[in-house]
Amino acid sequence: MTGAGMTILKHLIGAMLLLSALLTAIPAHAQFADADLTTLVDALAPGSFKDRETAIGNLVASGDPRAVPVLETLLEGELYFDETGGKVVFTSASGGKGAISDPVTGADLSDLTEADLEKVKVNNSLRRVLRTAIGQMTLLSEDARVRLSAAQSVLRDADPAQLELLDSAISAETDVRIKRVMEQARAVIMLKSPEASVEDKTAAVPVVLAIGGRDALNTLTTALASAPDEIRPTIESAIDGLARDRAAWDVAQNVWFGVSLGSVLLLAAIGLAITFGVMGVINMAHGEMVMLGAYTTFVVQEIIRQNAPGLFDWSLAIALPAAFLFTGLVGVAIERGIIRFLYGRPLETLLATWGLSLIIQQAVQRIFTANIREVGNPSWMSGSFELGGLAITWNRFYIVIFALLVFVALLLVLKYTAIGLHMRAVTQNRRMASSMGIRTPLVDAMTFGLGSGIAGLAGVALSQIGNVSPNLGQGYIIDSFMVVVFGGVGNLWGTLVGALTLGIANKFIEPYAGAVLGKIIILVLIILFIQRRPRGLFALKGRSIEA
Amino acid sequence: MSEAREKLGTMLYLDGVSVAFDGFKAINNLSIIVHPAEMLAIIGPNGAGKTTMMDIITGKTRPDDGQVLFDGRTDLTKLDEAAIANLGIGRKFQKPTVFESHTVWDNIEMALKKPRGIFATLFYTADDEDIARITEILETVRLLARKDDYAANLSHGQKQWLEIGMLLAQDPKLLLVDEPVAGMTDAETVETAKLLKDIAKTRSVVVVEHDMSFVRELGSRVTCLAEGAVLAEGSLDQVSANPVVIERYLGR
Amino acid sequence: MITQALFRALDKKAIWLVAILLLVAVAVPASNLLLPVDSPFRLPNYAVPLFGKYLTFAMLALALDLVWGYCGILSLGHGAFFAIGGYAMGMYLMRQIGTRGVYANPILPDFMVFLNWKELPWYWYGMDNFWFAMLMVVVVPGLLAFIFGFLAFRSRVTGVYLSIITQAMTYALLLAFFRNDMGFGGNNGLTDFKDILGQSISAPSTRAALFAASAIALALAVLACSAIVNSKLGKVMVAVRDAESRTRFLGYRVEYVKLFAFVVSAIIAGIAGALYVPQVGIINPSEFEPANSIEVVIWTAVGGRGTIIGPIIGGVLVNVGKSYFTGAFPEYWLFALGALFVVTTLFLPKGIVGLIGQYRAATTKREQHDRDAPTPMQVEAGADPQPKPAE
Repeated sequence: MTGAGMTILKHLIGAMLLLSALLTAIPAHAQFADADLTTLVDALAPGSFKDRETAIGNLVASGDPRAVPVLETLLEGELYFDETGGKVVFTSASGGKGAISDPVTGADLSDLTEADLEKVKVNNSLRRVLRTAIGQMTLLSEDARVRLSAAQSVLRDADPAQLELLDSAISAETDVRIKRVMEQARAVIMLKSPEASVEDKTAAVPVVLAIGGRDALNTLTTALASAPDEIRPTIESAIDGLARDRAAWDVAQNVWFGVSLGSVLLLAAIGLAITFGVMGVINMAHGEMVMLGAYTTFVVQEIIRQNAPGLFDWSLAIALPAAFLFTGLVGVAIERGIIRFLYGRPLETLLATWGLSLIIQQAVQRIFTANIREVGNPSWMSGSFELGGLAITWNRFYIVIFALLVFVALLLVLKYTAIGLHMRAVTQNRRMASSMGIRTPLVDAMTFGLGSGIAGLAGVALSQIGNVSPNLGQGYIIDSFMVVVFGGVGNLWGTLVGALTLGIANKFIEPYAGAVLGKIIILVLIILFIQRRPRGLFALKGRSIEA
Repeated sequence: MSEAREKLGTMLYLDGVSVAFDGFKAINNLSIIVHPAEMLAIIGPNGAGKTTMMDIITGKTRPDDGQVLFDGRTDLTKLDEAAIANLGIGRKFQKPTVFESHTVWDNIEMALKKPRGIFATLFYTADDEDIARITEILETVRLLARKDDYAANLSHGQKQWLEIGMLLAQDPKLLLVDEPVAGMTDAETVETAKLLKDIAKTRSVVVVEHDMSFVRELGSRVTCLAEGAVLAEGSLDQVSANPVVIERYLGR
Repeated sequence: MITQALFRALDKKAIWLVAILLLVAVAVPASNLLLPVDSPFRLPNYAVPLFGKYLTFAMLALALDLVWGYCGILSLGHGAFFAIGGYAMGMYLMRQIGTRGVYANPILPDFMVFLNWKELPWYWYGMDNFWFAMLMVVVVPGLLAFIFGFLAFRSRVTGVYLSIITQAMTYALLLAFFRNDMGFGGNNGLTDFKDILGQSISAPSTRAALFAASAIALALAVLACSAIVNSKLGKVMVAVRDAESRTRFLGYRVEYVKLFAFVVSAIIAGIAGALYVPQVGIINPSEFEPANSIEVVIWTAVGGRGTIIGPIIGGVLVNVGKSYFTGAFPEYWLFALGALFVVTTLFLPKGIVGLIGQYRAATTKREQHDRDAPTPMQVEAGADPQPKPAE
């Protein structure tokens, strides 16, 4: 290492040390020693209401965030103290973890019993003081996060009593984002409060409007009822605008649900599209390949749970290749064992694979029982997030991404790999391909393996949004066929468009017709569509197709 | 060429017909005329559009553009296969297509010109006239001895003859015959040529064939197709002397 | 004309089959009703409706064979026509309950009272009249088949596409009949029947009569199918199966040929369903399950498609096997059924009847063997199923 390098490194280390010193210094400024804070807290219990007001003032002056829950508990009237020792405590009723605990350290105070405790008394004027105190501690806190969450809580409660404090917080606020939330809270209070002037109310309407969403709609609707006549039109037009926005978001939400359903259909159908499109084989056991993929996930998770629980978040990463390989191999076995004897007899293939699906279902039922198995979501697949007015769950989100990845990967495989080239050659002219030296039996086996492997991947994905049972695949097989038939055979883009169209159409019909009737309508529409275009949306056209 | 001629009095009239499959022009501005009781032989390289032309005439493929008239007045592009067949256009396929799980007799009986309606077919019983007619046709195509055999058990050449017999039974005004002598022995080829010439005395016949000696045997007008359009027309000698035909089809 | 067609239908095999069925129609009820209880030849009471059920299944298989074996249309939705015929009969039987229901409503069936319905839906009108209900048994499946077939065949939906949309059809009906507001008893379907034509439905004599009716109906279906397949139309149907396009170029309207076969087949299936319901005492939406319809296909395939007797043998044999298996080893029935599908398609493409034919051919002269009809398989195998782009 050169001298210059060493110098830079030293500077870096120095800078990091300085930074860490600063970081630790900040909490030290706001946080009291446990003992000091405990003294201040204990001062809440004795004496008159006046003394308590003083004690509250001292706690506010301490600026220690740990005082906030104590004050909140007191406001709720759930703060207790030990009659003999005079110590202020939390009970299980007041949010402490154990039965009775120290409000500052959170430690269990097991030597005390509930019989020893007495409530710390509050009256109305003290409650007002408490509210202001909590507001000051949080709205005026030095920690930006505390201020933000305090501002949001004021926005939620919209208590006119907070107005004064809110005004001072707004003038003191430097963070634009927090200031906006505070101003929104102020506007909501203005609209709510009967005392606010017409000017204030008028000015508040656009601010509330900017909040958007259902909350703003509710606030404005409530405000409309008690609003003076002169500002009614303003509020009404704001409500109209919001309702329009809401309707637009509802549409977007439906589109999202549709895309989500479509991606599931895509995953289930794409393997089918390959085996049907390339080989002309109707695989009625395709749904069972999906089911086997889901059970692979279940088995992988069980093994991880028993041997390496720490790897749980990685369970899907392990299950994906495992499911692909397992179902792919099962697929190759089916092709070599049964389907290859039935080429050119699509109806027989349909029947044989149906029989196979019964056997596989029954076998899985014998091994895993017919009970529903729950497959866990890794932490990163759980929960949801909001995007504008959309609520999106992570598992659905990742499945949409995953479906598209699988689709793109498959397109690339078909386009750029040797096996893909051979598959396309066989699709277009089996006899010619075989006379050019392509080993069509190998291609058939590989194609079927690939289609089944993708079904296995679909199974991993489906295990994340539903329960796993031996008849999991049956629920998807008819829908998958509809996608392939609708999209047209021999064209992956048709499958994509078909899956998304059916998914979205389903979700748009559902609210009007209900889930079951919606499904019936979709089926009938597809049946009618096939009358118009017997070979689907993206059909190959040519002289010899009907031959 | 075609505009100079009269539509009326033609058996088959194709004018400016084009069809494309996914951008590929299988037939490109094709114009052909066949007169009553005339034979036309069509030659041309693979992919010249010969079979597609037959598909268009028989209603299997709809042209993107152009006029297809039968008997000078019936627009064939508006009709489906069955309607066209019932107008009196019979077709023999390149690959012999007979009903293999039926007997030779039943094959002819089904083709026999009779009402094609569901109930007419359900309650049909062959009368003496029909039996005589079927027997006569089977004699013509030399399959009477095998009338009770399943068509699947015929030889390739016999299947070709059976299909020609089915054509005769349909009693069409216009016959479209696609490679009738493929897989036949020389003697059979000569017989077939004789049969077709016989048929052409009373009906119009369009024959698509690769076998030049067979075309010579027919001694009819010849049209050479290439890339979906007419390359040359005339007698076989004229056409095969045409330098473009030599270049594109017959080879140097 | 019609007499000629019927005469033609009575070829030697059909005469034997009809004779056996008529014999069974007499023998089974007689054995149950006339022989003393301790006689070893007496059929127990439970066996009569069970055998009757097998006959209705055989009839359903025969109906499927008319479209699949003879016309090449693999319907995966024939269970729907069977179920609709069954529902029509079920509606009649529901109306016969009258005030004997739990809620004792003289007009409304129990489930409607339970759903708080005030009056009978319009499509239940007239179903208390036996002859009107029987008309519906024929008309409704026939009409559904006509509409569905007209749309599908006119636009030339064929092969596996057609199979899949017939499956979608029965699936859509399954979902529909599960709904309470359809007015067909929802999930539970129609059950708790009391009388048929004034006779108690559980009386041995009624059951014997129902059995005889099933056997006679099957015999009539054999006659009808036989008349059709032996006619020139039957030959055209086989021609459509083997070379659809060629048939069209001969001037036959393939879509009407298929439509005729499909509608006749749906009507036979509907009648079978109507005979099935009073013998098992219930009809519910599970009859529309796509799996049921596929099972019918295997009955037909096991017996031998493209023959009249094959589906009858298959329908009875497979269901006797099913009764035995589900009683003795319930957990292995699906394995057995699955294996039956695989083995039949791989090794028995012509079914049991084909096997017997092969055995006979092997024992008689070789010459005879050469004259055997080619199987539909051989013909199908010749057609390349792969879509190819233009030359």
